[in-house]
Amino acid sequence: MAMKIGNEKFKDNVNKQMEDTFMRGAVAGAQERLRTRRLDAAEELGNWEEWRSHGEEIRQHTLDHLDYYLQELSENLQKRGGHVFFAATAEEANDYVKGIVKEKRAKKILKAKSMVTEEIGLNAVLEQEGCDVIETDLGEYILQLDDHDPPSHIVTPALHKNKEQIKDVFAEKLEYKQTSEPEELALHAREKLRQEFLQADIGITGCNFAIAESGSVGLVTNEGNAGMVSDLPDTQICVMGMERIVPTFEEFEVLVGLLTRSAVGQKLTSYITALTGPRTAGEVDGPSEFHLVIVDNGRSGILGTEFQSVLQCIRCAACINVCPVYRHIGGHSYNSIYPGPIGAVLTPLLGGYDDFKELPYASTLCAACTDACPVKIPLHQLLHRHRQVIVEKEGRAPISEKMAMKAFGIGASSNPLYAAGSKVASSVMKPFTKDETISKGPGPLKAWTEIRDFPAPNKERFRDWFKQHQKESGKA
Amino acid sequence: MIQNREAFLANVASRLSRTKVLTERPERNWNYRPQDKTLTDKTQDELVDILRDQCRLIHTELIETDSAALPNVLAEAVAAYGGGPLAIWQDPRYEAFGLREKLQSWPKQGIDVHEWNPSIGYDNISIVEKSNIGITFSDITLAESGTVVLFSGEGKGRTVSLLPNKYIALIPKSTIVPRMTQAAQQISKQVQEGKSIASCINFITGPSNSADIEMNLVVGVHGPVKAAYIVIDDK
Repeated sequence: MAMKIGNEKFKDNVNKQMEDTFMRGAVAGAQERLRTRRLDAAEELGNWEEWRSHGEEIRQHTLDHLDYYLQELSENLQKRGGHVFFAATAEEANDYVKGIVKEKRAKKILKAKSMVTEEIGLNAVLEQEGCDVIETDLGEYILQLDDHDPPSHIVTPALHKNKEQIKDVFAEKLEYKQTSEPEELALHAREKLRQEFLQADIGITGCNFAIAESGSVGLVTNEGNAGMVSDLPDTQICVMGMERIVPTFEEFEVLVGLLTRSAVGQKLTSYITALTGPRTAGEVDGPSEFHLVIVDNGRSGILGTEFQSVLQCIRCAACINVCPVYRHIGGHSYNSIYPGPIGAVLTPLLGGYDDFKELPYASTLCAACTDACPVKIPLHQLLHRHRQVIVEKEGRAPISEKMAMKAFGIGASSNPLYAAGSKVASSVMKPFTKDETISKGPGPLKAWTEIRDFPAPNKERFRDWFKQHQKESGKA
Repeated sequence: MIQNREAFLANVASRLSRTKVLTERPERNWNYRPQDKTLTDKTQDELVDILRDQCRLIHTELIETDSAALPNVLAEAVAAYGGGPLAIWQDPRYEAFGLREKLQSWPKQGIDVHEWNPSIGYDNISIVEKSNIGITFSDITLAESGTVVLFSGEGKGRTVSLLPNKYIALIPKSTIVPRMTQAAQQISKQVQEGKSIASCINFITGPSNSADIEMNLVVGVHGPVKAAYIVIDDK
């Protein structure tokens, strides 16, 4: 699976997803819970705005000096015996990993949840090599068992599934015979995966934040699976998006605290691990070989542009958890592994407008995302900016919008036409009007009125009303 | 080995409007430092109070004792978790805290104790994996989040805190600091002084858990199912 998760059109996706009542209920419930937990955690910490501002300045500083910090990171990791590979494209990253797999003659590969490996489609590449690639995050494991169902949320990827569906998947794929109780399901996964951990040849993880001063890679989990993946196999490969880096442990701490609070409302998650190279002399567990793959894959194209701030993202999903549009259409509608407001900004930048030009419109511009972001990415402004670019530079506004705008342009640029048009608007729309609203509009109005009413044009024009008003107040 | 760096970083530098890659460490002049005023005014006893409250939220039992009572308190905690086999680090602190006798008497009572032994290599992991309880010391303890920080090392296997069913952390009171800020500062100082940091620094906060199934919290996924902290007054 690469970043794009299907070939359906955005509207078809939305229509399909809107009918999934379990998913819509689950998303609404999860949003409520995660949003509340984030707010509680922020309040308990105190000075939340100051923490956000600090998070923002750390991310901005790091991006502005990204070349320095990546250089420092790679130098320091090399000093500790680690290998560093800089991959300009997804293909380069995948080829490098493939090379290690071949060299090690690896068969069993265990993975801890990583969005960037989803983005570059690493699993499919390794499976083609004949490897058994096993996801170990419980949510990812469930999706993988269910014939690679795509993730619908970047923190809780199986959010769209209910426990009955999960039980059925386990029954079909793992000969599971117990109930749909989450405890029993999780225990079963624990037992199955424990055996896999002990037999794995290679462990692959993502990277929440690399730490430049020491050449370390920081991982944040709750389940303990990243520890398993990095402690047990003899070879470890860590794949990071090139912007996921901080200068020192001091900034690491600040961002981890913002991440765990914003993502799940925890002060810290159960496992936060800083790994620095392979195991040292005398150590028994941990890998003997440590590889770090630093992935660009379109990110450098965002640097230095008006969209640079999107690279501040720490993947907490706080914006997703407050988005009214995500709430209704769910994660799969976005057709990208990055859904919600962050996805609507990031996906078109990484994947291009050809496939994703609808996403910036999947927003009410209500700014809830911007308010929730722990590193202050101005998400709604970036969405708005995308729309401007799509219309002005790319000339790709939706056809109905283009026609409507053209018609308005003709009408509004000529005085007599505008006067005539606004005079007749009320009577022209009369056949469609009931109780001062239009619920089945013609032509360009149709898309709007399919989902909500449109107010009927006022019988009295503003200009006429104004004239009358001035006359009455004796000013004319 | 470092591969493909030059072209990659040259491109990044050029996107940032630089003609070549920045090689001088940039100044970090932060306008905000909220961490300097978060819990920094607390006494050691107040930090224990904060740790105690936090443990309730992270499904972790907190037991307080002193050095003299520690062997018996630990024995009770082990019994409550169903006894052995036990896995421990090769760490002088067990002896320093008066646990040598207890560790020697356990096997006679049928409770196996495996002390991490680098000379037997991978066999350590097979033994630890079959252990019921892993017991380690905490190197730094974070009051705010209820976190024990473990530095890996020759005698300090990473998996002792991860593979057994249950986990007990021994926390000398002197290791307790307000929050992750202080741990990060300690580690960063080591780096700046040119000292080698542990290959694995683990910040562990209670037992493993997941909310991936319908957002229901399940305690105990890949790591330990249960966790207890024993705070030792070591004044």
